[in-house]
Amino acid sequence: MKTELMSANYAAARAVVSARVEVVAAYPITPATTVPEQIALLSEKGIYKGEFIRVESEHSAMFACIGASSTGARAFTATSSNGLLLMDEALHWASAARLPIVLANINRSVSPSWNIHVSHDDSMSKRDTGWIQFYVSSVDEFYHTIIQAFKLAEDERVLMPTMVNADGFVLSHTVSRYDYLEPEEVDKFLQPYSPPHWVMDPENPVAHGNIVFPEHYQEFRYSMHEGTKNALDVYLEIEAEYKKLFGKYFGGPIECYKCDDADYIMTSQGTIGAEARDAIDQLRKDGYKVGSARIRMYRPFPIDHIRDLAKGKKAIASFDRSVSYGFGGPVANDIRASLYATDIRPLIKSYIGGLGGRDITVPDIKEILLDLIKHEESGEAGPEETWHDLR
Amino acid sequence: MSLRVRSCRAHSGCVLVVNEVNTEPEGRANMPKTSYSKPSVGATGKTGSWRTFDPVINYKECSKCRTCWLYCPEAVITLEDDGTPHIDYDYCKGCGICAQVCPRKCIDMVRKGTRDEEDEE
Ligand code: SF4
Ligand code: SF4
Repeated sequence: MKTELMSANYAAARAVVSARVEVVAAYPITPATTVPEQIALLSEKGIYKGEFIRVESEHSAMFACIGASSTGARAFTATSSNGLLLMDEALHWASAARLPIVLANINRSVSPSWNIHVSHDDSMSKRDTGWIQFYVSSVDEFYHTIIQAFKLAEDERVLMPTMVNADGFVLSHTVSRYDYLEPEEVDKFLQPYSPPHWVMDPENPVAHGNIVFPEHYQEFRYSMHEGTKNALDVYLEIEAEYKKLFGKYFGGPIECYKCDDADYIMTSQGTIGAEARDAIDQLRKDGYKVGSARIRMYRPFPIDHIRDLAKGKKAIASFDRSVSYGFGGPVANDIRASLYATDIRPLIKSYIGGLGGRDITVPDIKEILLDLIKHEESGEAGPEETWHDLR
Repeated sequence: MSLRVRSCRAHSGCVLVVNEVNTEPEGRANMPKTSYSKPSVGATGKTGSWRTFDPVINYKECSKCRTCWLYCPEAVITLEDDGTPHIDYDYCKGCGICAQVCPRKCIDMVRKGTRDEEDEE
């Protein structure tokens, strides 16, 4: 393991080398551009040894990955925002074909209005495409989660494509310390991909994408749902193995910071979860029993982890950097739904903000937590949904 | 029920056909993870049964020009090395295109059931 200063995008390119990816097909879009750009550079230098396919759109990029993965190649792409949206049809295809492609999505606000900064509404709108989703909070976590994502996606119990999300610019273009592994080291963890279910092989031809009649379509969908749900436990195994081999661990499906004895929790995705630690420390100094839960795995949704987290808490502030129009914060809604079948009933307040790259810093997080505490203590729940810093 | 996933010869191999073989309990356990088909013969049955008229080649007149082979939309005409055409009646739809295009007009369309099957070869 070596240490470098690197942006998240360049670290993702390094992860592609470390994981011995065989095919990369990508189309540039800010802020993801420097991922394929760096892979192309590493390819020219002979460091990345796989194929690099230049395509004319993100739709083609994902379908090129689908073709590659169908032949049993390890395939990767990176994109952002409207690029991810253009892939939509292919995202559904990849998951229903059970192809373990890994996609690095550099979260960017969706246009219009034109904005290249972070929101999570690009990937959140892909929630139901059948892709496993991670959200990371550091360059180091991005690099290692991409490597783990291949192992998870390729596991026979899972076989679902996996998206690793990193906040645009906050991570993609900001340099920080990370530890990387040589491919020979990763070999101990990640074996070559060998499709256990189906493969495009000229010696043994098959056609994929056939008509499936009502007698069987639903069962294929159920199988995708099962594979995705399996990903939760398989990921716990993978993380344990990774920690043992390389000493790296990022907190499971939900990374908790001072949650155990906390009365009040703020949940969030991405870099806000890292920022929240400072806010928690400051509020703790002022005597507030607060904690931060950073949701790393969004699909499958870690329902049991949410229940454990919420047990005994007075109130939860769920922060969403995206919105489901007409129904509020997507993660807030999932948290509420996860608890409905139980008797765990903390006050849950949904906060939406940070859209279009608007900064969410320590004072913002403190303000949200204090708002939560105020409502819980007063017994007045207040609005179910609050747009933070709405001007 | 076990599933045998096969392609249909009748429609460009695009249809997934799931044949039921009643040897195992019914259920999704025997299904593949995704739908794919393998080339095979007659998975949806012998579609030549849909035919009303049979094309019959008069080999005495046939010049082995291969025009029928070229035009048959079902690709059910095969050629011997010397170019002699043969129609696969298991899958011929009876569209009559071969009879239309034959420059020697040596393919007759005869009502199904009236063809002398011994003449075929
Ligand atoms: S009748 Fe149509 S399907 Fe049959 S051999 Fe002639 S062209 Fe082909
Ligand atoms: S088109 Fe007519 S002449 Fe030519 S090969 Fe076919 S049957 Fe024979």
